[in-house]
Amino acid sequence: MSKVEQIKEISGVNPLKCMKCGKCSASCPSFNEMDIKPHQFVTYVINDDVEALAESKSAWKCLSCFACIERCPRDVKPGKLIDAARQILIRQRGQEGLSPDEIPALLDEEMPQQLLMSAFRKYRR
Amino acid sequence: MKYSYFPGCTLRNKAKDLDDYARACAEKLGFSLEELTDWQCCGGVYPLGADEIASKLPSVRALNAAKKKGQDLVAVCSACYHVLKRVNDDMANVADIQTRANNYMQLDTPYTGETKVLHYLEVLWDVVGFDKLKEAVVNPLTGRKVGAYYGCLLLRPSSVMAFDDPENPTILEDFIRALGAEPVMYPYRNECCGGYISIKEQEKAAGLCKKITDSAEGFQADCLVTACPLCKYNLSKNSNLPIVYFTELLAEALGIKEAQE
Repeated sequence: MSKVEQIKEISGVNPLKCMKCGKCSASCPSFNEMDIKPHQFVTYVINDDVEALAESKSAWKCLSCFACIERCPRDVKPGKLIDAARQILIRQRGQEGLSPDEIPALLDEEMPQQLLMSAFRKYRR
Repeated sequence: MKYSYFPGCTLRNKAKDLDDYARACAEKLGFSLEELTDWQCCGGVYPLGADEIASKLPSVRALNAAKKKGQDLVAVCSACYHVLKRVNDDMANVADIQTRANNYMQLDTPYTGETKVLHYLEVLWDVVGFDKLKEAVVNPLTGRKVGAYYGCLLLRPSSVMAFDDPENPTILEDFIRALGAEPVMYPYRNECCGGYISIKEQEKAAGLCKKITDSAEGFQADCLVTACPLCKYNLSKNSNLPIVYFTELLAEALGIKEAQE
């Protein structure tokens, strides 16, 4: 299965429904840090340009706040596409975003367990 | 009225206040939370991938346990509520997830989304009623200016969460009013605090949190209320504005907080 097919399968999204209104990017709290913006992300999937997506920082910047999913007038769910691209990365050995060795230095006294659990899900398998 | 209760990992530890006050206030308001035995952590974030089954199973187990008790399932933590409700929606409406999860679970009767998932605030709103809540207040928070911080997880995506209007929610403001305080409206109340990103990118979370707390302070809020331990952590780390759990405010108004201390 090609990477694009994998993204479509994991996300369950049909990117061809996108009408390029840009509402997702306008809503995104990580817009400034993304080299490929949410609305462009959809186009990259349509154009089968997965290499660019894999090399971009964008997948790691998504906060899963669901603002783009909420506001998309075509129900494309850009956040699901971005998460799927991230899944493809973190499901490969050595591509995780957080290694166990890094964790002790990141902890503090107030940190809720919820943050650790969420980080394990977002950065690792 | 009895509910099955899913406290979640953080309410057992760093957010013990959120849990203790929720239980004590429930008893005072005439409903009780029966903690599920053997619940497992929801995982903190809903697994978005359509092919992710194993990471949804802890939620399915909790949902099925509540079904067997014939009770609605209540969560207090925004994240647990979010994950449980979305997995429940998958089990009711996504055939592939329903089939594969049930194949794994091998239950006597397959689980197909029968349990109703409620947030504690929804019980206050729909079952107790904010009018009755107001009558139960013994220590009205008169003169306090409280900003509601909704964040993401209670509201979005509204097609599944169906908690309140995702762009202009009012449930927390009505709650604050019922306790005798004055709700402060500010524009960043449903913006993201950064969530999990704060583990690796503190500055990113700090920037987002600062916008939220600056905005609330600009509208003269004395404090913000939240239902989410991670929001509380991120916001508290980046501001001097007090961030309190909604159950703490509730316990104070019901005269339970002093009694417990």
